[in-house]
Amino acid sequence: MRRPGSLESMAETEVQRARDRAGVTRRLLLELRPFVRPLVAALGFVTISAVGQSVAPWLVGHAIDHDIAHGDGRALAITMTVLLLVYVASAFSQRAQSRLIGGTGQRVLANLRVRLFSQLQALPISYFDTRPLGDLMSRLQGDVDTLNQLFAQGLTQLLGQLLALVGILVAMLVLDWKLALASFTIIPVMLGVTAFFAARARAAYRKTRETTGKVSADLQEGIVGIREAQAFNRTAENLARFRERNAANRDANVSATGITSAFSPAIDVLSTVGTALVIGFGGWLMLNGELSLGTLVAFLIYVQQFFRPVQLAASVYTLAQSALAGSERLFAVLDAQVEVKDAAGATVLGQVEGRLTFEHVSFAYDATRPVLSDVSFEAPAGSMVALVGRTGAGKTTIANLVPRFYEVTQGRVLLDGHDLTTVTRSSLRAQLALVPQEPFLFSTSLAENIAYGRPDATREQVEGAARTVGLHDFIVTLPKGYDTVLGEGGGLLSQGQRQLVAFARAVLADPRVLILDEATANIDTRTEALIQKALSTLLAGRTSLVIAHRLSTIRSATLILVVDGGRIVERGTHDELLAKGGRYAELHGQQFADGPAAQRVRAST
Amino acid sequence: MAPPEPARDRRPDPRSRQAVLRAVKYLGQHRLDTAGALISLLLVAAANLAAPQVVRVAVDRGLAVRDWSVVELAVAGLLAIAVVRGLLTFLQGFLAERASQGVAFDLRDGLYARIQKLSFSYYDQAQTGNLLTRLTNDVEQVRTFVGSGVVQLAASLAMLLGTIVVLVRINAVLALAALGTVVPIFFVLRRFVKRVGPLFGQVQQSLGKLNTQLQESLQGLKVVRAFRGEARELAAYSAINDTLRDQNLESIKAISNSFPFVNLFANLGTVAVVGVGGVQIFRDQLTLGELVAFNSSMAFLLMPLISIGFLAAQISRAGASAVRVFELLDTPLELTDAPNARVLPPLQGKVEFRDVVFRYAGAEAPILKGISFTIEPGQTVALLGATGSGKSTIINLIPRFYDVTSGAVLVDGQDVRELTLASLRSQVGIVLQEALLFSGTVKSNIAWGRPDATLEQVKAAAVAAQAAGFIEALPQGYDTLIGEKGVGLSGGQRQRLAIARALLTDPRLLILDDSTSAVDAETERAIQRALDALMRDTKKTAFVIAQRLSTVRDADLILLLDQGRIVAQGTHAELTATSSLYNEILGTQLKGEGGAP
Repeated sequence: MRRPGSLESMAETEVQRARDRAGVTRRLLLELRPFVRPLVAALGFVTISAVGQSVAPWLVGHAIDHDIAHGDGRALAITMTVLLLVYVASAFSQRAQSRLIGGTGQRVLANLRVRLFSQLQALPISYFDTRPLGDLMSRLQGDVDTLNQLFAQGLTQLLGQLLALVGILVAMLVLDWKLALASFTIIPVMLGVTAFFAARARAAYRKTRETTGKVSADLQEGIVGIREAQAFNRTAENLARFRERNAANRDANVSATGITSAFSPAIDVLSTVGTALVIGFGGWLMLNGELSLGTLVAFLIYVQQFFRPVQLAASVYTLAQSALAGSERLFAVLDAQVEVKDAAGATVLGQVEGRLTFEHVSFAYDATRPVLSDVSFEAPAGSMVALVGRTGAGKTTIANLVPRFYEVTQGRVLLDGHDLTTVTRSSLRAQLALVPQEPFLFSTSLAENIAYGRPDATREQVEGAARTVGLHDFIVTLPKGYDTVLGEGGGLLSQGQRQLVAFARAVLADPRVLILDEATANIDTRTEALIQKALSTLLAGRTSLVIAHRLSTIRSATLILVVDGGRIVERGTHDELLAKGGRYAELHGQQFADGPAAQRVRAST
Repeated sequence: MAPPEPARDRRPDPRSRQAVLRAVKYLGQHRLDTAGALISLLLVAAANLAAPQVVRVAVDRGLAVRDWSVVELAVAGLLAIAVVRGLLTFLQGFLAERASQGVAFDLRDGLYARIQKLSFSYYDQAQTGNLLTRLTNDVEQVRTFVGSGVVQLAASLAMLLGTIVVLVRINAVLALAALGTVVPIFFVLRRFVKRVGPLFGQVQQSLGKLNTQLQESLQGLKVVRAFRGEARELAAYSAINDTLRDQNLESIKAISNSFPFVNLFANLGTVAVVGVGGVQIFRDQLTLGELVAFNSSMAFLLMPLISIGFLAAQISRAGASAVRVFELLDTPLELTDAPNARVLPPLQGKVEFRDVVFRYAGAEAPILKGISFTIEPGQTVALLGATGSGKSTIINLIPRFYDVTSGAVLVDGQDVRELTLASLRSQVGIVLQEALLFSGTVKSNIAWGRPDATLEQVKAAAVAAQAAGFIEALPQGYDTLIGEKGVGLSGGQRQRLAIARALLTDPRLLILDDSTSAVDAETERAIQRALDALMRDTKKTAFVIAQRLSTVRDADLILLLDQGRIVAQGTHAELTATSSLYNEILGTQLKGEGGAP
């Protein structure tokens, strides 16, 4: 557990600044509004414990000067009882305060996290196109985490400590302003020393993190590539390289330690200088008759007490800066434009036949980069339309417009004659199912994965869907059958099996329109045969839009659209297009250039 | 990340205790640093105890009797002590950390050396994440404990004893009163640590789940939207989030039940000391200076108690980590050179399997059930069969990635188990099924098995593997960075780099697990040409797990496998005429491709 105020915790917080600090602070405070009552109560408790902390040493001084010096046992007993009560009251106020503030912090965070998540579910797909998932994840996690640190470590302690510090400073000034001012000269020195060390430690820790990253990367590669390493006799070289990085990491750590280990002794020396100052200057005042011994002792206790709050304040300041910068980014996510709301008066789309029409559709992310230009076609209910073309030609974009992942820039997309923008998104999507190129499985049970589009499906229906795609026989061989929980990314299943799960999911959703991005991964013969069979079941009687990668699978398509540069450049059936001798024929020729002999022998994985 | 172990009971299991002791012994390699740290900390403890004594002298012989010279001396003394103590504290911290970093280095070095030598069968069952955790988190746990933990424990104990002695010598009655109030702190902390240890683990777990949920909902964005799962995803996330919040609130409760009371007990010490001390001053059993010194010394009673309270938890966590670290370090190596292993002379390329049976560790049935064949130098062999028929196993036995269960694998007439691994594997080139590349340049990847190769040699290998074309089109050619931080390569490009890598080692025996992901038509042809070039090179004996009809057609020998046995062998022409299974396999592919030949 890192203590707030330690140099390590300061060094690990990179200095960041929010662009609009005042604005972000105001918004963060607004987040606290529902918690005004517990916070006000907390403030009361904070005050009690702060007063207690500043009164106690004075009571000790009083006991020495008045009770002990005068040999008054009764007065001593009374002072001690008061002291005891003060301490007990402080302890319980501290307890109440840390619960109230800490609890509020956690509630605010939990609330913020849910709002962020729900916002992410509502943001348009295009929001994620420009933001790599890894970056987005690590930013969200990191920003929420600094906020958590601020709440958990900073605020709970800082508030109390700062008030205590004020109390202590006031008490010292009241007791003896000359000695107080002399003692305060230590504070700027201490802040300076802290800043000096923090800056150096930060640089050293950056280096440590870098070398640690390299060690981890090397380890990862060493383990993942172990078979290659052994096959190529590379183990000795690998070990030598690892040893180098391991040593660099060790050295970086040791030199970081050189700084952090010097910090607390330096503060310690300063604190002793403070004590010496009080004894020296205070003693001189006392010898001149300007100060009592009791006050001197009280000062000794005060001086010991104000070091920690000062240090803590320095560290929390850095933390608060980072938390503000993080919050600014989180608020930016919360403020991002969500998917276009359903139009006013949008109707609920009922059961459709499945006639899909594109009317002069254009699409662009921004005006300078048109992605689709004037795409028109009609897919009669139950037909199969295949999209063919190079990577980046616009096939996927066409498919993405059907579930309204993106909104058309010009033209219309219609389903059974209904303009998609006039129906609710939810009712539209209820008529569709999607099989992505890389089947996406959740780390839940197989049954839940299959029933993802229809969570209320019975086990019989789930099994029925699995049977339809030929997956049932495999699932029952698993020890937990349909309740087998898949690992992250659906590990445990082969590529082909995952594909089949995605099919089963689509079968169970029983859509009128199917959007299928053909898989390109290599699949062994038996599974491949299953997939082909499952596919024909899946396509039967539905309108389907297939992004085709293997020309052989789409010979039976009702309509083939050859897409290039965002336009449909050729259209027709397989035979028509071949006869025409255009782009399609060219693509087809490429794939089968060496004749049947070049076709892959799909004998194994 | 491994969930932290729940805090143990008073008695840690003996394995954990042994592991901790063994870890501590690693300090022996860094004894100078360790000894320096220990000596420094003893001196620090002494200095800590001396300081309040100086304060006492200042009060009693200076301030109380108004002797300014004594006050001056005392102030100078305090400063001197502070500076010396500062230096020593630095030395102690620095040396202890340096020793612990040394231990971490040694542990990691040993672990890495071990994982490089463990056999394929170990990795068939191990999980990368788990191994990584041992090398990072577990080593870090052990390091923290061995470094700061051991030294701190020693320091705390020394300080505790020293303080008690000093306090008792100042005034025994007062010392008893002080101890009476301060000792409960230890128990408050122990209870706290016990309660919060498991809670902390739960919080980490929930946090992990929360992040997984977030990641999945974003990765599967389109699936979620298309199947209208937004509300359900949110509900799942909210549920985990609520659990996390409640666990955090629990932790706050535990903290708020502990630390204010630690302070309270510490302060009670002051009440007791001033109260009892005051009475003793009335009776002239104590001087005011002694009282002040006593009060200052009490802080030194507190610090070690707090440290020890926290260390107890650290020990049990470090113990669990140490057990895992040493478990890996002690994993027996299954495949090592035999005591009298011979160096394989330059290989001719004859390979013989003699009634080979092989069973994977943990599997019930053998995957190879009596495989025998002989390949003459320079022959190309194609292995054909369904998934699980044993093709990959056969090629894994040749470079001795596994040892046969029974029977023998011979190269040039010598049993591979009687050869040194290095001399055997250096003459076998292999392209594994998943073309794995390493972070680095294109050149360093091709030269991976032969780091001293010249650029010309690398280029020649790239040309032979049909990779030179796309490499030269890359922004920095052969110096282009690839891997995680570099440019992404397509499956076909990776495959060709892997082929170039195998070619550069100029093996006499080449093994290709040619199971590429589907690639576009052009790449497909390029790979095909690369393979054809390889196979026509008559000097090499080649084993190919075939994916392409042309490979099979051109092979000198086809081994057709079914359920761990060779069911037919011969050339393409022979098998087409005699084997129905062979024809069936060919037939399925063609159907799979959707067109007849």
